[in-house]
Amino acid sequence: MPVKDYLRLRFLPHIWCPGCGHGIVMSGMIRAIEEIGLEKNEVVVVSGIGCSSRMAGYLDFHTMHTLHGRALAFATGVKLGRPDLTVIVPMGDGDALAIGGNHFIHAARRDIDLTAVIMNNRIYGMTGGQGSPMTPQGMRSTTAPRGIADAAFDLVELAKGAGASFVARTTTFHATELTRMIEKAIRHKGFSVVEVMSQCPTYYGRQNRLGNGVEMMKGFRDNTTSIGSKKREARPDLIERGIFVDEDRPVYSPEGLKAD
Amino acid sequence: MTSERPNMRFIQGNEAIAEGALYAGLQFYAGYPITPSTEIAEILSRRLPEMGGTFIQMEDEIASLCTIIGASLTGLKVMTATSGPGFSLMQEAIGYAVMAEVPSVIVNVQRGGPSTGLPTAVAQGDVNQARWGTHGDHAIVTLTASNLQDVFLMTVAGFNMAEAFRTPVILLFDEVVAHMREKVVVPGPGEIEIFERLRTSVPEGTNYHPYLRREDGRLPMSDFGGVHRYNVTGLVHDMWGFPSTDSTIAYDLLHHLVDKLENRADSIARYKEYFTDDARVLLISYGSSARSALQMVVDRRKKGGKLGLLELQSLWPFPAETVREKCEGRTHILVVEMNMGQICHEVKKVVSRPERVFLANRFDGIFISPGDILRVLNMVQGKGV
Amino acid sequence: MDKEGKVVINREWCKGCGICVAFCPEEALILDPEEKAYWAHPEKCKRCGLCELRCPDIAIELVQK
Ligand SMILES: Cc1ncc(C[n+]2csc(CCOP(=O)(O)OP(=O)(O)O)c2C)c(N)n1
Ligand code: SF4
Ligand code: SF4
Ligand code: SF4
Repeated sequence: MPVKDYLRLRFLPHIWCPGCGHGIVMSGMIRAIEEIGLEKNEVVVVSGIGCSSRMAGYLDFHTMHTLHGRALAFATGVKLGRPDLTVIVPMGDGDALAIGGNHFIHAARRDIDLTAVIMNNRIYGMTGGQGSPMTPQGMRSTTAPRGIADAAFDLVELAKGAGASFVARTTTFHATELTRMIEKAIRHKGFSVVEVMSQCPTYYGRQNRLGNGVEMMKGFRDNTTSIGSKKREARPDLIERGIFVDEDRPVYSPEGLKAD
Repeated sequence: MTSERPNMRFIQGNEAIAEGALYAGLQFYAGYPITPSTEIAEILSRRLPEMGGTFIQMEDEIASLCTIIGASLTGLKVMTATSGPGFSLMQEAIGYAVMAEVPSVIVNVQRGGPSTGLPTAVAQGDVNQARWGTHGDHAIVTLTASNLQDVFLMTVAGFNMAEAFRTPVILLFDEVVAHMREKVVVPGPGEIEIFERLRTSVPEGTNYHPYLRREDGRLPMSDFGGVHRYNVTGLVHDMWGFPSTDSTIAYDLLHHLVDKLENRADSIARYKEYFTDDARVLLISYGSSARSALQMVVDRRKKGGKLGLLELQSLWPFPAETVREKCEGRTHILVVEMNMGQICHEVKKVVSRPERVFLANRFDGIFISPGDILRVLNMVQGKGV
Repeated sequence: MDKEGKVVINREWCKGCGICVAFCPEEALILDPEEKAYWAHPEKCKRCGLCELRCPDIAIELVQK
């Protein structure tokens, strides 16, 4: 089926700005679901609040657009209520790691079978460009005109440390890789985290003179590399992409661990 | 003893809540420990899985309520339980359940507040928080009880109302009721009517509108994972559940959310009357306070005093008609509660002679006694202290 | 690659971000004067489908004939 067939057409075109990366992630997620061959009725998408979270409404699955930061908690209830369903949680970086940070680490600790796709645009898009826990130190936001003082999280390290059994990172530029990683994440039984470096040209790009969507995606191309790549010897600042953790563990259930 | 029924049990208040919930069909519980409600979680962590249900301890009360809302959408009957500080954390998600119309039951075993307050002491200070804790205009159902048989019954009623009205229901109990022990007769199956979820009859392949009301105002649901796919949101939404900023849609939705409960306040109203027929002085009370109020009424009756008690078991929607009617013609009305007058204020608003309404209260963590109430009555009747 | 396929642009959804244009390996796309993507050089197009994968607006599709 074409991607369009998974969308609620009457609500499109979507609200995202020209060049925003979130639409690329939505498209990749749909391709992954198509690739796995899941029926629409088998998929639940639970999102929080943010530009990225608007994704839920456009998708022709069972969808829930909830509260800022709380999507993983709602998703936990859906998953435990219907363990046979595939539950995917599209999140913003602020949504997942600031207000929702506690739910994030606990979902990872439980290793509950959910797939969190975190659109890391390093900013709060929906509220107009304030800093997030993923905004690198020194970068500008509307609440940090002289540059952000707080250090950022390393999302991959955080997810690993908290216990997620699948952790991956990619970008909106690497669209084929994006689809493949989301596919693997959904197939994985356990808490899967896919960090997708996504662009917010409207706020993050503009405030930090990173250019439009195209320029920001070139940045993802030029400033990332595959895990273990030799390129990092010359340029240690390159951000690694790939699958960092992919472990088979017994499937979580609150009544105790069950064999798969 | 032959008169004792086999299903008569001597249990604690929190256990009566857990048993009532199980009787009503509870299938999913998520919670976070807090005094004085913790026993509910402890009991259900054992009982619920035995009965095929799911129990999970979450990372906080926010997560607890969000999790049960998610589970409710898969078609399960759900509950969480907490006390003041946890109830404060739940307010945003209560609003979500109101807006998205998700059946859910939230127990608040009240303790002294504000803040961490008096964790192990009794209070009834969350009455207005139950009503107005979440932001925005809305309506809510709040039930309470003063003895454990009624705690059981009100818990069942709460589950039924959650299904009937597609709403969160708050069971507002208090420390004294939750921690005392009393006999409870657990009714046999079928003795109390249990409301099951109203599910849509729209067949697969036909458009199902999750937020299109039937003529009777009810909205049949479709479980997540079923044949109908739709959107659920806390934003103002159209009949598809899709966000909308259309003022007509917003007006209509808010009216619906409030009217579906406030217009049925009379049928939701639950109360008990003691000696009200000829009472000149009417006490109005609820929860554990009503125990002392009743004791005081009984004591005075023995001495010929014409006192009566109206015990409220539903606080919200406020049973205004009932209260107005029952207060007619009394010389004095004494509202007995363990806060600074939260229900007293409501009573004054609805009666024809508000100057006859007085407050007998405590809010210091000490259980209000019949003597405390009598002192206030003597004072307002000009008999001195 | 199937040279038979066609690149179809949904002008109602295209927001003119230029992502498909910038990253088309064959320079087969342009932004037209109305700032909508336009498949200007079908003869150069390799039907790789990258434009479709990267379009944030699901506005460009490689339709197989
Ligand atoms: C409890 C609460 N606090 C604050 C907000 C306001 N708010 C909405 S979205 C958002 C941040 C969005 O940023 P992010 O999660 O990174 O997603 P993006 O919009 O960038 O995709 C904030 C602060 C809210 N909706 N709810
Ligand atoms: S504000 Fe930023 S994140 Fe939000 S839609 Fe626009 S570009 Fe995307
Ligand atoms: S299919 Fe490939 S070559 Fe053809 S227009 Fe799209 S990106 Fe360019
Ligand atoms: S990537 Fe999509 S939205 Fe952007 S210009 Fe191309 S077709 Fe239009």
